[in-house]
Parts: sequence; C-alpha cells; structure tokens
Amino acid sequence: MSLADLARLIGRTGRIAEPAPPRPAASPAGVGPDEGVDGSSGEGSPAVAAVRRELHGSAQVRHVDAGSCNGCEIELAAAFGPVYDAERYGARLVASPRHADVVLVTGVVTRNMAEPLRLTVAATPQPRVVMAVGDCARDCGMFRGAYGVVGAVGDLVPVDLSVAGCPPAPADIVVALRRVTGR
Amino acid sequence: MSAAPLLVALVQVTVAVVLAPLVIGVTRQTRARLEGRVGPGVLQPARDLRKLIGKTPLRAAGTSPMTVVAPVVLLTSSLLLAALVPLVAALPLALVPGDLFVVVSVLLVGTVAIALLGLDGGSAFGGMGSSRHMTIAALVEPTVLVAVYALSIPVGSSALPLIVAARRDHPASIASPAGVLAVVALAIVVLAETGRLPIDNPSTHLELTMIHEAMVLETSGRDLAWVDLASWLRLSVLLGLVGNLLLPWGVAGSAAPGPVLLGALALAGKLALLAVLLATVEVAMAKLRLFRVPELLAGSFVLAFLAVTASYLVA
Ligand code: SF4
Repeated sequence: MSLADLARLIGRTGRIAEPAPPRPAASPAGVGPDEGVDGSSGEGSPAVAAVRRELHGSAQVRHVDAGSCNGCEIELAAAFGPVYDAERYGARLVASPRHADVVLVTGVVTRNMAEPLRLTVAATPQPRVVMAVGDCARDCGMFRGAYGVVGAVGDLVPVDLSVAGCPPAPADIVVALRRVTGR
Repeated sequence: MSAAPLLVALVQVTVAVVLAPLVIGVTRQTRARLEGRVGPGVLQPARDLRKLIGKTPLRAAGTSPMTVVAPVVLLTSSLLLAALVPLVAALPLALVPGDLFVVVSVLLVGTVAIALLGLDGGSAFGGMGSSRHMTIAALVEPTVLVAVYALSIPVGSSALPLIVAARRDHPASIASPAGVLAVVALAIVVLAETGRLPIDNPSTHLELTMIHEAMVLETSGRDLAWVDLASWLRLSVLLGLVGNLLLPWGVAGSAAPGPVLLGALALAGKLALLAVLLATVEVAMAKLRLFRVPELLAGSFVLAFLAVTASYLVA
C-alpha cells in the first residue's frame, strides 16, 4: 500500500472506537452473566479496591495463557483492539510480569503451565491483581476432569477478579480492567 | 563568573523532566488517533511513572548491585544531558563545556549502564538486547560526533550552545548543504539511539525483535520508573536538540526570566511538533530487519561525512 493510500484510509476510517460506556460500579468482583457466583470471585473486591488506590489509573497487564483454546485470546485481542480500546482506560499490555500490575490468566491450568503460572505471579511486584478470564480459568469450564488439567486458576494462585463466559465478551473484559484502573 | 548559566541549566533540567512524559504521551496519543483508537490521553505516561515510583522493585535472585545502581546512573546521565544540551537557552556552562565530546560521553555512560542492567538480570533476552544495543551504539556514536563536527566547522567551536546561537543569528546557515546533511544524519541516529521505529519498536511484545525493551524485561517498580524516565528524557532532549538546530528561534540568549520563559514555551512547541511528526512517520513504517539496521546507520554516517566535506569546501 502506498503512503497516499494509507493516509486516505486513515482519513476515511476516522475513529473506530465505540463511545465509552459509563464507569462500572466499583464493588462486585466478578463480571459477566453469573457475577460473583463462584467462590474465587467473591472475596476479591476489598483487595482490588486497595490495589486500585495505589495504581492511580494505570494498570500494566501481563497475559498468561495457562492452557486456553485460544478463544479467550481472540476476545482479549478485541478488548485491546480499536473498537473496545481498553487502553483508553489506562490498561496496557506489557511484555514482562516484572512490569505488570495485573496478571491476566486465560484457560485451564495444564500440567506444564502450573509451575510457570506460579512463577509468573511470584515475579509480579506488589501490589498486584490476578484476573481469571473465561470459564476455563474460573472453574475449568468444558475441560473439567480432562487428563492434562491440574485445575482452575484459583486452585493454584489467589484470584482477585474473574470474568465469566466461554468465550468472555470483550466488553466484560474491559469492565474488569476498568475496575482495576478505576477509570 | 556569574551563576546565570548554572541557573539556566537547572531550569532546563526541570523543564525537560516535566516535558519528557508529555512527549511520550503525545506520540502515543497521536498513534492511537491514527489507528482509530481513542487513546489514554497525553497524561498517561505521567500516571504510569507516578505508579511505578510507588512500587517496590522485585529483583531477581542472584543479581549484583548493578541492578540497583544502573537505573540511577542512567537517570543521572539523562539529567546531565538535559543540562548540557541547549534546550531553553544557549548559554555555555563555564565548568563543563556543552562540548560535543562531553555530550557523546554522557550519552555513552547511560548506554553502558543500561547494557549492564540487561546483562545483570541473567535472562537470555536481556543479554541479547544488550549486545544489540552495543552494536547500534557503536554505529551511532561516530555519526553523532561527525555530524556535530560538521555543524561546528562554520561556527569555529564544538560547543553545542554556540552552534545553536550561531544558527539563530545567521539563519542562512540552516539551509546550507552542510547544515542540512548533518541534521538529517543526526535525526537518523537520534531515532536509533532512542529506540524508535524503524530501528526498534517501542511497543513490541515479541522478545526476539526487542532491543531496548529486552534489556529492561527484568526491571520492576521504582527501578523501572527511573529507566523509563531516563529513556523518555533522552528522547525529549535529543528531539529538542534536533528541533533547536532546525528552528533555533526562541532559544534564550540570556538568563533573564523573560527570554527563558519564552525559550521554555518555544521548546514545548517544537517538541510537540516533532512528537506528532515522529508518531505519524512511525505509523507509516515497519521495523527494519536487524541486519539492515547497520546499512541505515552506515548511510547516516556517510551523510555526516559528506556534511563535513561540504562544510570544508564552503569554508
Ligand atoms: S473459556 Fe471457552 S474460549 Fe476461553 S479458553 Fe475456555 S473453552 Fe476456550
């Protein structure tokens, strides 16, 4: 594509991002159709609120795929894409858990990913939030009882926030991230 | 000897520290808008910095004191750079000349500090980033020296403040062949030195393509805040230098409050312009393959060399 074509395309497309929905209520920790039903999402909110106060509207997110089918990844990419634009609320994907405030885990925890997941969470400086995204990460979802599965994310590391759905809607992921950034 | 230049240097450092996060904010915001996103606003890097300063760093087991010291050394070198380069006012410091050799050495101290930081983490990517960074530094520093040397020939002094002042007083020299060649060469190496496209992608998540990011993968919390601020300062100061060489108007000639204020406002304007320009160019560009980077940098060295030749032919 020539530069002129690119410039024309940018001019024609303009702003893709949808208007921002109102700021989510700060209290509930779970997001999605069955908010706060499972135990991992219930007690998260005071901890998340404490972290939110220390982050001042900026949350770096490290994504860990613990054994996902990649459906969640597509929705995550959409959440950070131009339409939902999670970056406008102060969340940003980073390349290292050392830079992160949020460890976002997708998928059931498989045998090979159990130790890397523990290490990743341990490598994230405090204050941190662990977010389980998708039914698999919350309660093993459709992979419950499968032979390579150790358990849900909450069985290995303490989970502060969770997003339900298989796959979860990008809008719900954005709502969960906004609870961390508070914007 | 008056304290005026020292005071001006302090003002420059303060202005640079305030403007550096905003410059990054403007580039990210411009990029977001061109991509059809809303963007986090120009204040987001400042928010990130404020948060990072409050976080206790988590250092990997087995790291040496280098991990603690290197971010501070890097930040100090960037602050020194902000004091030495004529940003707000073109007044040479009496003790430390804003000489090209001094400026290049200060740049190099920071470069070495961050390369050691990358090695000290002990991860494979850190070492890889450091080795790449040193390769690029080895190609960049001679070009900076030669380009500034070309600019210094018509002025008769290698002090950057005098060069900027001379360009302001004789605008004809800005459009001279030697001046244009030298500034183009300098602009290319500034992009390389500060890790921007097409040499390095500042927003990449792919470890294999990283240069700057790879070195700081193991850095966290307050350490990361210093490293980030230092690299943002580097970008702003070097962009400010290119801006002042291209448009030397507004740079204060004395330490009086009026001209200094005007100089600071002019600097903010020039930086905003260059930041928007940088982001726009970056949107239209892909990262160069690593093995092509030396070709680009060799090209910029040739430009700088031609600038020296041209300025001798004219003089
Ligand atoms: S929750 Fe659904 S989309 Fe996500 S990893 Fe599990 S099966 Fe895939």
